[in-house]
Amino acid sequence: MRITQGCFSFLPDLTDTQIAAQVNYCLEQGWAVSLEFTDDPHPRNTYWNMWGLPMFDLRDPAGVIGELKACRDANPETYIRINAFDSTKGWETVRMSFIVQRPTAEPGFRLVRQESKGRSLHYTMESYAVGRNPEGARYAP
Amino acid sequence: MNAPEQAPIAPPVASVASAIDLGAEFRDAGIGEVLDALERDLVGLAPVKRRVREIAALLLVDRVRQRLGLATEHPSLHMSFTGNPGTGKTTVAMRMAEILHRLGYCRRGHVVAVTRDDLVGQYIGHTAPKTKEVLKRAMGGVLFIDEAYYLYRPENEKDYGQEAIEILMQVMENQRDDLVVILAGYADRMERFFESNPGMKSRIAHHVDFPDYGDAELAEIAQRMLAGWNYRFDDAARAAFDEYIVLRRAQPHFANARSIRNALDRMRLRQALRLFEAGGLVDAEALTILTAADVRASRHFQADTASSTDNDKP
Repeated sequence: MRITQGCFSFLPDLTDTQIAAQVNYCLEQGWAVSLEFTDDPHPRNTYWNMWGLPMFDLRDPAGVIGELKACRDANPETYIRINAFDSTKGWETVRMSFIVQRPTAEPGFRLVRQESKGRSLHYTMESYAVGRNPEGARYAP
Repeated sequence: MNAPEQAPIAPPVASVASAIDLGAEFRDAGIGEVLDALERDLVGLAPVKRRVREIAALLLVDRVRQRLGLATEHPSLHMSFTGNPGTGKTTVAMRMAEILHRLGYCRRGHVVAVTRDDLVGQYIGHTAPKTKEVLKRAMGGVLFIDEAYYLYRPENEKDYGQEAIEILMQVMENQRDDLVVILAGYADRMERFFESNPGMKSRIAHHVDFPDYGDAELAEIAQRMLAGWNYRFDDAARAAFDEYIVLRRAQPHFANARSIRNALDRMRLRQALRLFEAGGLVDAEALTILTAADVRASRHFQADTASSTDNDKP
């Protein structure tokens, strides 16, 4: 099951040229771009691991693409996303976020039904990959 | 999304013309203005201007060749600017960035000027992130490393400078179309730096030597600086300043245009004090003119009587 989070996630995966073009847009808006990766892509997990610090003062996407390549080499078979942070007063938030790498196999999520008092049911989602292996080996081929 | 214009010198497929007007190409690129501005704004430096023209011409021709399908490798654009202090290396680097930008060899055309302190860390593991950070900021533009030879300290084999040099060389080789590196410094020390880092030397295509300014050129520079600040010399002061240049040049720590600038700053101080002590009314004329007295109060005119070891003071 293909995970859809952030911008462009219903589109086919972006190529590096397209990623560079998006990053270029972010930099032109004056946003600070950062990279994050995780192997626990639950939609409620907002705390992905940071790949280095957010990159301030960049003028050109080449720096981000270089970091992205390094991150891919170090973390194959994980999810990587690019965040663009807007520090403008009143915003101070991530304005754009999109996935730039996903594992080859995405087993997806299962719906867990928990019976509680009476006939009521509590529903939650559980990732097959996360449940199967410990952190670091979850999406290993 | 302006990705297409970001792509460096991507030749439009449609252009299958068999002949290209170089003159038109030159005008379209808009480098004529930059070269003219270089010619006009900078005094002297004839060999440097010539080299810059040569490099610009080469890049222009390369670009045209590419359009005609005569594929050339992406030219190596890293440069080394050698010369004494105050000979205009930083200024020319800025112009160079502008030219590269107009020709499409540099996507942004900004200049990031750094020295050893910005690249080399203070403890183990500090250097690489610091250097990479600077490189990332300079991507798409020009990285200007002033006094580059300080990166290499042969007397200390544990020095972290070597690490910065290695990262730098790797990026200079692998990301040639993302970044242009300009190393600057004194000629003799740069020569020694290259001797001990042959890899660095071989990655640098253009060596530009900045000559010292002549006395007349320095006088011209002084006039232009003063004009920029809305000051001027009267005739006696001009003659005195010509003498001053000769005297100052004989002193140690002479830094060409920078020394001239500092001298002018001190003369402005003296003029201000003179006007202040005279009291009374001043008009725009009085506030503009530097007199011979302001110039001749310099220590260098009393060099015979009072010999001091401190050369930075007037």
